[in-house]
Amino acid sequence: MNRRKPRFTIPHEDLMHPGHSACPGCGEPIAMRLVLKALGPRTVMNVPAGCCAVIPGVWPRYSLRVPLIDHAFECTGATSSGIRAALDAKGMDDVTVVGWAGDGGTVDIGLQSLSGAIDRGTDFLYVMYDNEAYMNTGSQCSGSTPWGAWTTTTPGGKEIARRTGKKRILEMLAENGIVYGATVNIAFPEDLVERVRTAKAIRGPKFLHVFSPCPSGWKMDPSKTIEAASLATRTGMFPLYEYRDGQYRFTKEIKNRKPVEEYLRLQRRFRHLSPAQVAEVQELVDKELEELRARVEAGRK
Amino acid sequence: MIDAITANQAAALAAKLARIEVAAVYPITPQTTISEKLAEMVSSGEMDARFMLVESEHSAMSALIGASYVGARTFTATSSHGLALMHEVLMWASGVRRPIVMPVAARAIGGPWNIWGEHMDVIAERDVGWMQFYCENNQEVLDTVLMAYKVAEDPSVMLPAMVVIDGFILTHTVDAVDVPEQGQVDGYLPAFRPDPVLNMDEPRRFGGLVMPDWWTEFRYRIAADMEGAKIRIREADREFGRIFGRSYGGLVENYRTEDADAVLVVAGSAAGTAKEVVDRLRGEGLKVGVARLRVFRPFPSEEIAELSSRGVVGVFDRSYTFGDGGAMFNEVRSAMHGSDNIVKNYVGGLGGRDVTAAHMEWIFRNMLDIADNGLDRKIEWVGLRDGSGRW
Repeated sequence: MNRRKPRFTIPHEDLMHPGHSACPGCGEPIAMRLVLKALGPRTVMNVPAGCCAVIPGVWPRYSLRVPLIDHAFECTGATSSGIRAALDAKGMDDVTVVGWAGDGGTVDIGLQSLSGAIDRGTDFLYVMYDNEAYMNTGSQCSGSTPWGAWTTTTPGGKEIARRTGKKRILEMLAENGIVYGATVNIAFPEDLVERVRTAKAIRGPKFLHVFSPCPSGWKMDPSKTIEAASLATRTGMFPLYEYRDGQYRFTKEIKNRKPVEEYLRLQRRFRHLSPAQVAEVQELVDKELEELRARVEAGRK
Repeated sequence: MIDAITANQAAALAAKLARIEVAAVYPITPQTTISEKLAEMVSSGEMDARFMLVESEHSAMSALIGASYVGARTFTATSSHGLALMHEVLMWASGVRRPIVMPVAARAIGGPWNIWGEHMDVIAERDVGWMQFYCENNQEVLDTVLMAYKVAEDPSVMLPAMVVIDGFILTHTVDAVDVPEQGQVDGYLPAFRPDPVLNMDEPRRFGGLVMPDWWTEFRYRIAADMEGAKIRIREADREFGRIFGRSYGGLVENYRTEDADAVLVVAGSAAGTAKEVVDRLRGEGLKVGVARLRVFRPFPSEEIAELSSRGVVGVFDRSYTFGDGGAMFNEVRSAMHGSDNIVKNYVGGLGGRDVTAAHMEWIFRNMLDIADNGLDRKIEWVGLRDGSGRW
């Protein structure tokens, strides 16, 4: 007889109705649903341009059960600060403000406004769903596109067009002054919910980096979303860790790390990579992981 | 209470009297002293508002749009490059019907650099769905900020408003201003109670994607409500007069135009100079007058059309739109279409150059000359150093 208590850490209540307008296999509604489950109904969302502006539905239809404010592309940090200020002025300080933006809307065009919101000490949770390119416009390279990846603006030819890797956004924002930051992955929902709950309990600017596959942009079978997301973490390409009080900590230790090739070969955006280039990706990932491990170790001392 | 203050101080005091709840500020010359005065009043506890330091004007406006949805009365101020940087979110603010009020210290836009007054920055934003009020003096700045909230927040309007303050000429010049009592202002300007408003019990989405099948109707509503705002502006001005003893003629202030042979349409502080010259020329028996364009958006086409019985109409533009004449000129001429009047454009006062009584006198005498001898040229750059020796 199994004496262990059942672990239902993910709330049953959904704040996202079925019938949203995401593509089949999209990781984002999974992330949105999980984050909203963890936050509960006293939540106000705001979103810029991106898939996040389309997925909740087209006017007058609406698939979320929390208020949502749409705004221009680069305004997520600023709009969050404004909503927070007004909620505080109205005495609604129990309401969580969530700025929800894609990787382009965060690490590129929205970086200044996000940096400002952190500098202002805005009490809010910024969620960046990372599908590693401008996917709503049809897969153009962003500052969060990985090394070597095909996008329509890095099509490559004789050479690989994307010669730099993802901006280390969490580390940038840690230096900027966030009180809490974490990477999470839709393939690890219980961990994701736990990180959201941790963030919710802390006052100040918080940041969540959500790994969210895009089958159409990644040229991948829509049934492979969770498998790809899982492999991103299990290969070390997207390690799960958190930042708090100046310290980094792994939130998921991966034993028996898989080779990156298993992850890369699921997606046709990497199929042009030669075996030597795949080895180069492996080296890059190993090096980045070592650097992260060093940051984690430094915090332990 | 009569106080000796600059127009920027008047604008900040108006924000306090309007009981704004959220302000977002970013410095830019010649607006900065508005932000500083607000900071001072909030820090001292004289004023109860959330005071946000933002990292750009674009973020200032974005933050206010968010705050306004929650039901807060919002305020910021800007100028020139800051206004231009806001362009995208100015359209967003009017598109999602947030009644934000924003003084603009009107200034040239570079390059090359120029920090002084003209109207190019605000004229460049004439199509963004904001009301535009142009002030003649410091008193009018204070009064107009209060009126602007009254009109903007009217449920039949729900559109944002700019209050244009001529850079340096008004923003940094001390003048006597009658600062009203808080109780009087509270009687004039009720609390902001928008409907719909962000409500946790009835979650709505604000500003979400609209498809082609409804977009036209969304645009039409803005156009119709902007048109309807004309009535609200006239009412707000009259009510202001009843309570405070000052009113400004609604959208256009006609000064000695009744029997005029030549009328100059002019906005902002230059109107004061023009009126002074009108008084002097009237003393000589010359029939001249001023139609002060107080509101440019919505455009007072009815009031302007009435000028068609007044002979020559001159339009003084403190900006140039690099097409065919100044923006105010072209709109005035368009509103007078079908009349026999000669309409002439005078361009001047750019980038901080003074508009003097001598300039104004030359303009009025030129208009009277045209009345007798016909139009000499359509567009006149007043005071231009072109070697013609005219000045």
